[in-house]
Amino acid sequence: MKKIKLSAFIIAASIVAVSCKKSSDPVVVDYYEQQDQMARPAINTVFVPVAADKDAFNTTVPSAQNAAFQAKFQTRLLALNAGYTTNALGQNAATFTGLLATDVLGVSTTGPTTFFDGVPANTLSGRALADDVIDVELLLIFGGPTGASNPTLTKDNVNANDKAFAASFPYLASPW
Amino acid sequence: MKRKKLLLSLTIGAALITGGIIYAADHIDTPAVTNQPTDITDVYVFRAADPNNLVFVANSQGLTSPANSAALKFDANTVLEFNIDKTGDNIEDLVIQCKYNASTKTMQIYGPVAPSATGTKSKLEGNVTAEVAVTAYGAAVTTATGASGIKAFAGTRDDPFFFDLNRYKAILAGTAPGFNNPGTDTFAGTNVLSIVLEVPKSLIGASGPINVWLETKKKI
Repeated sequence: MKKIKLSAFIIAASIVAVSCKKSSDPVVVDYYEQQDQMARPAINTVFVPVAADKDAFNTTVPSAQNAAFQAKFQTRLLALNAGYTTNALGQNAATFTGLLATDVLGVSTTGPTTFFDGVPANTLSGRALADDVIDVELLLIFGGPTGASNPTLTKDNVNANDKAFAASFPYLASPW
Repeated sequence: MKRKKLLLSLTIGAALITGGIIYAADHIDTPAVTNQPTDITDVYVFRAADPNNLVFVANSQGLTSPANSAALKFDANTVLEFNIDKTGDNIEDLVIQCKYNASTKTMQIYGPVAPSATGTKSKLEGNVTAEVAVTAYGAAVTTATGASGIKAFAGTRDDPFFFDLNRYKAILAGTAPGFNNPGTDTFAGTNVLSIVLEVPKSLIGASGPINVWLETKKKI
């Protein structure tokens, strides 16, 4: 008898608690679902040829991208350049595509920040506006171990932006 | 005068036509988001003129011709989210979220803050740490600095990306043997919608390298 009374009390109390929560918590929290993501330039564009895979790549968290996409990237790399052995960074196809499949941009918090500026220690330490990122990627895909292979494919001969960047905030040039 | 007008309207007409074609071509990325406010074109992270700060740039809605640029709008139902991994596991430890407020016509910045959950589904985290009026197309730049020390800009900019994308596509299609010299910048004369943030490194609190990626998320 006592036991029943106690549980009835608990039920009644929890009903009060629930209704309390309802009346004092009218804020609806909006949630947002991922549509697109990127870090390094043109990775999806170059390495993901299939439309359905492009969307999947854009909604796969970086920590899961290697498992899901490294093998596909390697197939794609060898389709682009059947003669690929290693690149100018000494990476074989598996190592290079392993790096690319996890699409994050490494950024130095202490030193210079550039995709590539000719100084090996600065490689992949960020992405500055003027970095010729496409030439870097073309060289690594097509240039072979010395960077000298396939010379008509290793640079697009567009070496700078069509407007000068500003030295101060917001850095990007005014629109056309 | 008449001639000038005619020339002008011809130019505008040509720009509209070109604009339409260029816009339809859009990035060969992401079929699900092409021509959507969630379509990222590029992300940049670099050391600011003040070496104590890092600059984060999120560009979206690329290859927009000048004729179409006045119509470029940020979307109040889209969050642009910089993800920052400080430990090397490629899982975000901090996020910086940017969301357009349509009633105040401002870009509101949240973070950098540890998110309550990681992954593809997010909510706005914590409080607004900087807020800036969106710079209208053709207007002088408006910037604002929040109490957090974060400086912000949001508006239309020249697309800083340069690439002979059309020639690259021709090479892939087997209709061109290699790049031209000089090449033709497919992105020349086109604009993007930009968010530029200058963030004190102290707010990120990393002593070594960080990994950064940008996500766009749509209200569900």
